[in-house]
Amino acid sequence: MFKATSRTAPPPAPYAETSRPGSSRRRSSDGGHRNLKYPYRLNFYTTPPALDITLEEFETFAIARLKVLSAIHSLQERSLPAAQFRELISTQIKTHLPLSSNTARNVDVDEERRGDEVGHWILRLAFCRSPDLRDKFIRTELELFKQRFDLDDQHERSQFLKSLNFDWTVVDDTEKRVYEKQLKACMPWSAQRDGQFASESWVKVPWYTVPDLVGPRKVFVKGGNAYVPQSYQISLVLQAFRSNLERALELTAKSLPRMDEDDRLMPILAHLAQSFLSNVSIESNFFGDADDDPNSTRVTADMIDALAVKHFPACQYNLWNRLKRDHHLKHFARLQFGLFLKALGLPLEEALVYWRRGFSQLTDDKFQKEYKYNIRHSYGQEGKRMNYPAKSCQQILTSNQPGPQDSHGCPYRHFAPETLQTFLSQHYSISTGSPDMREVIDQVKKQHYHLACTRVFEITHPKDVKKGEGLGEGVSVSHPNEYFNKSWGYEKGIAKPKTEPMSDDMHLD
Amino acid sequence: MPGPVKTDPAKSPEVMLAFYRRLFPYKPFYLWLNQEQGKLVSEYTALEYLELTLLLRWIAPTRLFTHREFAFTLGESTYVRYNSFNNAEEFKKEILRANPTRFEIGPVYNARPRDRKTMQASALRPEKRELVFDIDMTDYDEIRTCCSGGAICIRCWGYIAAAVKVLDHSLREHFGFQHLLWVYSGRRGIHCWISDKAALDLTDEQRKAITNFLEVIKGGKEQLKKVHVRGSNDNGDLHPALSDALNDVKEVFVKTVLRDQDCFREERGWDTLLALIPDKDVVDSLRSRWQNSHSSSSTKWTDLLKAREKLSDQHLRYTKIVKAMEDIILQYTYPRIDAEVSKRRNHLLKSPFVIHPGTDPSQVDDFDPAGVPTVGQLLRELDQTHAELMEDDVKMDDEETKDDKSPKRSEPDYNRTSLRPYIELFEKHIAAVMRDAREAKRAANSHSMDF
Repeated sequence: MFKATSRTAPPPAPYAETSRPGSSRRRSSDGGHRNLKYPYRLNFYTTPPALDITLEEFETFAIARLKVLSAIHSLQERSLPAAQFRELISTQIKTHLPLSSNTARNVDVDEERRGDEVGHWILRLAFCRSPDLRDKFIRTELELFKQRFDLDDQHERSQFLKSLNFDWTVVDDTEKRVYEKQLKACMPWSAQRDGQFASESWVKVPWYTVPDLVGPRKVFVKGGNAYVPQSYQISLVLQAFRSNLERALELTAKSLPRMDEDDRLMPILAHLAQSFLSNVSIESNFFGDADDDPNSTRVTADMIDALAVKHFPACQYNLWNRLKRDHHLKHFARLQFGLFLKALGLPLEEALVYWRRGFSQLTDDKFQKEYKYNIRHSYGQEGKRMNYPAKSCQQILTSNQPGPQDSHGCPYRHFAPETLQTFLSQHYSISTGSPDMREVIDQVKKQHYHLACTRVFEITHPKDVKKGEGLGEGVSVSHPNEYFNKSWGYEKGIAKPKTEPMSDDMHLD
Repeated sequence: MPGPVKTDPAKSPEVMLAFYRRLFPYKPFYLWLNQEQGKLVSEYTALEYLELTLLLRWIAPTRLFTHREFAFTLGESTYVRYNSFNNAEEFKKEILRANPTRFEIGPVYNARPRDRKTMQASALRPEKRELVFDIDMTDYDEIRTCCSGGAICIRCWGYIAAAVKVLDHSLREHFGFQHLLWVYSGRRGIHCWISDKAALDLTDEQRKAITNFLEVIKGGKEQLKKVHVRGSNDNGDLHPALSDALNDVKEVFVKTVLRDQDCFREERGWDTLLALIPDKDVVDSLRSRWQNSHSSSSTKWTDLLKAREKLSDQHLRYTKIVKAMEDIILQYTYPRIDAEVSKRRNHLLKSPFVIHPGTDPSQVDDFDPAGVPTVGQLLRELDQTHAELMEDDVKMDDEETKDDKSPKRSEPDYNRTSLRPYIELFEKHIAAVMRDAREAKRAANSHSMDF
């Protein structure tokens, strides 16, 4: 497999299947006018790339692809109309993983395709470890491939298909005539059947290789074979892509322990896998950078209550509410809430004011001694002076699980379903038993907590986002501050969050 | 068809034990699940082969048997899952020890199910499983006039007979399966077990696809029209498989639905029929006509046909009714399969011969669910016709578990009862399954020699 060091000899690829379709990548383009290393936009990823890459590239390619896959995954979980689904996905693909066709000008096509390929192979390494990850990876990769396949240039697509050398049995003319009536009855556009019958061609495959066509009775089935017309070939291609990837991932998983690895790649891989599994896109850092941004509104202690009611996500609203009610929060709750407040722009002085008011039943002395240090510490003013980022959904969901007396954590995950419903109906006015509530609870049951949260955002911001748009443009919640920024942003008339998710200063330790 | 041994009022633990001891066909049952043999028949010496045919312990168990889950129901409600057995003797011993009221067959896992507790939580995964179908009479309640609920009589059987014919045809002709075992489920329906290698290997996704393909009648109680097979507007052409089936079931429709069950005689029946016709004028005129008459279903169907013919010059309305009537025929006769049973490998299904044994699809019309042997009857037959052997049996009771090893009695007890034809059919089925498995193995062997 690859190593991020320079190596001259191509590394052995234990699971490369040389005779499999797709290995023709390095052939010169049949398209002609350009001599490309990657003649096709689409890729079956059958041969691992033998090339040198830098550690930095290793990371950027992987993260770009992970963003798209995470977006696809969360979109798949929401039942969206097909057109909207396609549109949202293609925006994501365009932003993070553009792939131009051969005819594109002023684009380094080879470079794009190399990034695409490398990204895919790195994520394979990261996601081959558990059946769960593999399954998720295959599902999202399949969707990505499908989207690209659908949008590909007709000519290039057929060239690509030809290069894969599928061993499909073509239905010959004699057989075509024998089953003419049946084949016609199964043609997709009934109106033009007669005209198209002569020009259409069919291939014959075992029925179980195209379950998606057999299930809805889209194809003629006879003697164990499905007769698939040209127009449905995408199903066959996808099925081949899928089984290829399934097999390869299992082999990769088996050989992963034997990969002689220095400790540079493994941590990255583990981190990638974890963020994919916890259903949130790669974490963005929210280091309360209000100080650096002159345009941002100064948040004061007095504003918090008003902001909380309107803009806080469930996890932080709950903590705010607890603090009001109990005049106290335990350690991890203070940490979760305090860093959130810092990231939304509450400066240290104001934070001290806010917390002092919140802990109203403490003596000044006790507050100074036991709590002030903590607050200053989280602002990087004590100890090792670390500027801690606010906790992301991933961290809230997976680290420091709340104990019986704790109030931190994610309500969608850590509340009992009944409590959650009461909570949502009280604070977000989602009535129990309404379709909205059912959708939210459904996502919770499926353990897609961040999607439940995203849905609540959509429900509470009907003017700003349509169903399925998430925080806007199909982004789903992956950070409480993102939720807050978007919500506040919409109110202020700016849809753009003031803090852009940054991948370059991602935390990798 | 391996007719079931029906439950009896006389069904007590003692009766069950006697059944397991004397009647349950362990050898064919084992061979059916085990399929391929430890080695090829051609590799045995003549003597070994003789023993092989007489004694089942000589046949090496395969993963298809050893990694298979059996779930026992003990007494009324105790349910013990994840039993598995290393060989047929162990299986028999445990059956005789536990004396389950019934038992079910699950999938073949990637490990022995009984070792489940020693493994990681999710490590035990179903790998293979016969493709199974279940047709339950209760799904026919809305269209049968003779019985309802768990009851079943020879008249309801018309529906099952039609269902078996359609399904059997589709599974063989369309999907290319060969080894189908039809089993009367013992109370109110029928099971189909498909033992082809291709069927065993199907993934859940593929099972779901074939089930959806075969599932034509959908929708709950509150939905009158349950057949939607023509695309979004219900006006497309039928899939070839369905137009095939339609031709096959027309006869059943006339015989069973119109004549025997007489589904449209009562108001409840013809009201449903009219609700399925998408032409207001026709419906209104027929309604006023039928309101006070008590005409038979055949007459009503003819009325409908006549009303349709009057519209033959209005192409659109005419074809709409033609299609609707085809859908009605399907709705009343097409197999109503219990889809959830077939979709997943890990669904447990009551084993054949568990107080009920298969069905020969070619004779399904002559089957009478009330005429199947009951446990009590079988045991009585055994006692009466072979009273002279009784003394032997009593004497041998203590060593019964070891009994199958002794070739003393060459003929199994069940051959002396009316269970015999059912078991013979079962054995014929098994022989075919095993022949196929052997051939596949031989082909694989000769293939591997090439390397």
